[in-house]
Amino acid sequence: MSLLVNKVAIVGDEIHVPISSDADIVIARQQGRALAERIGFTGSSLAVVATAISEVARNIIEYAKRGEIVLKPVNQGGRQGLTVMARDQGPGIPDIALAMQDGYSTAKGLGLGLPGARRLMDEFEIISKVGRGTTVTMKKWVR
Amino acid sequence: MLVPILKQGDFLIATIQSALTDDDLLRLRDDLAEQVGRYRSRGVIVDVTVLDVMDSFAARTLRALAHMVGLRGARTVIVGIQPEVAFAMVQLGLTLGDVETALDLEEGLELLHKRTKRSASRGR
Ligand SMILES: Nc1ncnc2c1ncn2[C@@H]1O[C@H](COP(=O)(O)OP(=O)(O)OP(=O)(O)O)[C@@H](O)[C@H]1O
Ligand SMILES: [Mg+2]
Repeated sequence: MSLLVNKVAIVGDEIHVPISSDADIVIARQQGRALAERIGFTGSSLAVVATAISEVARNIIEYAKRGEIVLKPVNQGGRQGLTVMARDQGPGIPDIALAMQDGYSTAKGLGLGLPGARRLMDEFEIISKVGRGTTVTMKKWVR
Repeated sequence: MLVPILKQGDFLIATIQSALTDDDLLRLRDDLAEQVGRYRSRGVIVDVTVLDVMDSFAARTLRALAHMVGLRGARTVIVGIQPEVAFAMVQLGLTLGDVETALDLEEGLELLHKRTKRSASRGR
């Protein structure tokens, strides 16, 4: 069963934020920050999580036009954390190694979004297929 | 959310009140560049105290804002970047380039007074 609040769908312990406009980026990072707080993150790690979400959500708008952010608490061997998944069915990334380099941008960005998000989070994985879409999955653990 | 811009003497002070979308930020940049001319302002302060995130888009837009305002003959100072936000910016790899910053509004005004005085005497 899912519950719809302000475009945000709650599915079990997951929060799904549809991304199709720049206002949705703000919703995604606010939801992410609020969930991170509930999980037990404090101080600068809240800003860290919100910033990483902002970067991957903006990439959805910029390159795929629409997609979604899925936020989910994780508990692994007593460790608490947050998983952020950003997925879209956009054009995909032909060369992931290149896209992960600081300063590489096919738009007129700073090329910091993906490599920066990887630095901000503890775990980072990106799966992409040209013509099919992109899924970025990142985790951060409570210290 | 519209960012109110206050005219105080030779300066314009824009105080961000809540989270901003990309469009809000672009609007702020354009409004300030326009109002600097309209009011013949010599300095601009952007107060970002309430922002809990400064991502690559926000940093890029503030840099462009300072650049545009600079081309219109005025100085820009960004004030109020919170310590948590600064921490995340550094990890992300973001800089504000050569945009000047100050701790808070008071320090920002002091810096602007100093900057605009010095450039006035240099021109003499
Ligand atoms: N969801 C996506 N779909 C397709 N291509 C993407 C996606 N995300 C990133 N890319 C590609 O990877 C490149 C690097 O992304 P990254 O976020 O690091 O930088 P940027 O978006 O170009 O600039 P910045 O994020 O600093 O504003 C992009 O320019 C784009 O070509
Ligand atoms: Mg990006």
